[in-house]
Amino acid sequence: MTTTTSTSSAPDAPRSVRRASRDSQHPVIGGVAAGLARHLALPVLWVRVAFLLAVALGGLGFFLYAGLWLVLPSDSRFATAPPGLEGATRDGRRPGPIRRLTDVGPAIALAALAIGVVLMAQALLGGPAVFWPVLLGVVGLGLLWRQADEAQRERWLDSTGRIDPVRIVFGTGGWASWTRLGLGLLLIVSSLVLVLLQGGSLAAARDVTIVVLLAVAGIGLVAGPWVYRLAADLTAERAERMRTQDRADVAAHLHDSVLQTLALIQKNADDGPVVARLARAQERDLRAWLYSAETADERTVAGALRAAAAAVEDAHGIAVEVVVVGDCDHSEALLPVVQATREAITNAAKHAGVPRVDVYAEIDDAAVDVFVRDRGVGFDPDDVPADRYGVRHSIEDRMDRHGGRAEVRSTHGEGTEVRLHLPRPGNPETEGSTP
Amino acid sequence: MTSESTSDPIRVVLVDDHAMFRSGVRGELAGSDAVEIVGEAGDVDEAVTAITAQRPDVVLLDVHLPGGGGVSVMKRATSPATSYLALSVSDAAEDVIGTIRGGARGYVTKTITGPELVDAIRRVAEGDAVFSPRLAGFVLDAFAGSISVAAVDEDLDRLTEREREVMRLIARGYAYKEVAKELFISIKTVETHMSSVLRKLQLSSRHELTRWASDRHLL
Repeated sequence: MTTTTSTSSAPDAPRSVRRASRDSQHPVIGGVAAGLARHLALPVLWVRVAFLLAVALGGLGFFLYAGLWLVLPSDSRFATAPPGLEGATRDGRRPGPIRRLTDVGPAIALAALAIGVVLMAQALLGGPAVFWPVLLGVVGLGLLWRQADEAQRERWLDSTGRIDPVRIVFGTGGWASWTRLGLGLLLIVSSLVLVLLQGGSLAAARDVTIVVLLAVAGIGLVAGPWVYRLAADLTAERAERMRTQDRADVAAHLHDSVLQTLALIQKNADDGPVVARLARAQERDLRAWLYSAETADERTVAGALRAAAAAVEDAHGIAVEVVVVGDCDHSEALLPVVQATREAITNAAKHAGVPRVDVYAEIDDAAVDVFVRDRGVGFDPDDVPADRYGVRHSIEDRMDRHGGRAEVRSTHGEGTEVRLHLPRPGNPETEGSTP
Repeated sequence: MTSESTSDPIRVVLVDDHAMFRSGVRGELAGSDAVEIVGEAGDVDEAVTAITAQRPDVVLLDVHLPGGGGVSVMKRATSPATSYLALSVSDAAEDVIGTIRGGARGYVTKTITGPELVDAIRRVAEGDAVFSPRLAGFVLDAFAGSISVAAVDEDLDRLTEREREVMRLIARGYAYKEVAKELFISIKTVETHMSSVLRKLQLSSRHELTRWASDRHLL
């Protein structure tokens, strides 16, 4: 636990505003521990155990958890996938998130630990007379709260736009939410009954007060999440509206571009290569927009490589299949490998005489490796006349100058592969970490 | 598969919600003697019915499908001898990896040509995996990145160095034959590596997990 305090109390790092949020993807109760672990960059198990320990120490952890649950915003309220994927998800054409058995393991372990903590607290703090009713009531309220929380999330995920009051409380229904709600109410009621039974008739007035207080607190907690987050949701809703408009603009633009392309294809219906090139360019455009977060802008190395491939694709009317593993920010130092790749693709497009070129790039912390391969006619690298500069100058020498290396392997009739390797300059993180 | 397997065509069920696309594939495959389309379906329920009735060798499966997507078809259909080949216009990593994890033996995009598709169907029917360069790239990415299984069992999660090498070559656009030649191993070995990569990817499926758990006396 010492690491916890040292990490959270290190104020000297220059920090941008980094807000913690609850993890709504894999919550055990409310996702507070997971969100906090992500925020503090700690293993989530530590945080959960820390909460449990704090519960044992006079119940502080419980109030901490409840307070954070109330205050922290949920992380992925408006997480957006590319439009094609979103559309398919909305129509129910993609499977939902799969709950795996492995996820349950830690939860069970934590539950066992929690029971242990409860028993320990009971042994240390006091008799069962006060403890169990309170615990039952608290668990019940927790369940109700969680249900309300989940229903709230689903309300935001609901795409139909109209708000159904039953839906607000119960979400999409299902046995889980009904059970949770019923169980929560049952626990609260039984805690009240326990209190009443113990109180008997000797202090009826006090009992009634307690009952009323508990009921008010329960209602407050159930309604709490909505009331509290109403303001935050309004802001978020405005942001979402702007995003929708933004998307509508893009959709309109794309629609136009597709229609334009189709019109061009109709005009050039007799010219096979032109049609193929138009269709290929349009397909690439649309596919990238609909299904992948991949961009072809020049800010990352992967983007720059894709942009280079797309440019050659358009210029020479061939298909370039780009596969990139890993990515990093683009920089001056990595420019040579992108330029050499572009040159290699262009060479393949011009000379190989095949409709397709494969580009594979692997970017890791140490280096950037690029392979450009075609199955074309091939050539003998030794036979290339001395006055031809394409390979030697633009690829090999360029890579050499910048501390990398290039290798051209080619066989007549089997095609050519250009291998580029460029070490990455030292990582900026290594300079910052002074012990 | 008997030694005369070339004589009887591979029986295929075609699942896609676009009728136009189905007829297109039908047209493409009509010229080939090796493949026979024995059924078509437009959503998950129809697909499950068709697969249960026909028990085909291979199902060409669209990933985005009304009723829960292609993965639901693989979950619900009960035809153990059937292999699945995903055929989709989407090349989003989560769709590709999700479908392979759901039990598909391969994944090709809809721009594939007729002969290539026939070849892919044949390979899947024979028990091979069909890895496109893109799929190999996703696999490498998935294993390099964070797969939550890693925390559970180290030795099951990792790709061996050899498997990584094979995947890299596939990602570079090499055919199985060329991979075998490049690494001085047999094509059979390449296929073995492919199967073990698939097995590792499918670890999160219920079946695999049950086996994993019972192997460790957890059940």
